[in-house]
Amino acid sequence: MRGGAAALLLIAATMASGDERLSGTAFMSPETRAMQADDLANPGMFAVLEGARLWEETAGVSGRSCAGCHGDAAETMKGVAARYPAFDEASNAAVDLTARVNLCRTRHQDADPLPPEDPRLLALTTFIGHQSRGQKIEPDPDPRLQPWRELGARLFRTRMGQLNFSCANCHDDNAGRHLAGNPIPQGHATGYPIYRLEWQSMGSLQRRFRNCLVGVRAEPFAYGSREFIALELFLADRAAGMTIETPAVRP
Amino acid sequence: MATAMVNIPETAAPGEIVEIKILISHPMETGFRPGMDGKLLPRDIIRSLRCEYDGETVFTAELHPAIAANPFFVFHLRADRSGEITLVWADEKGNEFRQSGQITVG
Repeated sequence: MRGGAAALLLIAATMASGDERLSGTAFMSPETRAMQADDLANPGMFAVLEGARLWEETAGVSGRSCAGCHGDAAETMKGVAARYPAFDEASNAAVDLTARVNLCRTRHQDADPLPPEDPRLLALTTFIGHQSRGQKIEPDPDPRLQPWRELGARLFRTRMGQLNFSCANCHDDNAGRHLAGNPIPQGHATGYPIYRLEWQSMGSLQRRFRNCLVGVRAEPFAYGSREFIALELFLADRAAGMTIETPAVRP
Repeated sequence: MATAMVNIPETAAPGEIVEIKILISHPMETGFRPGMDGKLLPRDIIRSLRCEYDGETVFTAELHPAIAANPFFVFHLRADRSGEITLVWADEKGNEFRQSGQITVG
């Protein structure tokens, strides 16, 4: 009950500010919220610590570390996650933070790209995302991203899979209600990568997408696909101005 | 890999109840899950945790396979003397890990 009251207060406070959008955290149990709020209880902080270590570690034949070029992440990476996915000139495409880390590895460190959901890759993206915690999401306004924006908006509303559901069917039409025992959040990806208790590990937003797609019995898009980057960009627009919480904890 | 995040208060009033927290980074592999090759992944869990306060054991816990990855413990102590608070945990192979902090009472 107390948790319900706290959630109502949170909802009331947000409504009072004129913004009816809520982070997924608002839909979580008091226990899960407490775990996320306390850095000494949040298992996602292990990924932040590991990411900080990897930031300083050299990779590939170049012998360069992330810090070798980017210096102190607390300064140089502050606000970076807030404006991703962004446009990459060289590949003439939208890239998310995960793809950016791997592009840095292949272009500048002369290292192999890390496979999707590799703990090292998640540690780095969590560490970089964490540098923007508390900052507002400010999507990249680059007009060249328009095709991705349109694709993302369209995919969000496209029914898929044997159950024939679109993202919007749950996260717009039924947000705040429950699917089986689980609350349906509004689809504001403010805390990725997340520590998910069910996974007992960190996971990217794309892993979450794949979860949802498998849930509606659809063939999930591949990691790093144009479709997923487009959806990430659409969600960044949807959550523009909301506060980054990386690493969030989910059940 | 960081192995644990520990909170041990640095100071306390005599007789104060203080909170000790420890979050241990560990996969807590149950031994019941098959891996990609279909064979069971060997069990790999933290077996025990204990807390020593100025040399005296004040808290112990036994862990079992049903405990999720990255186990988290919170417990309370009455701070009645200055001294070292040490958390010691042991894994499947008997390897011991420890982390400690000094508490000043007064």
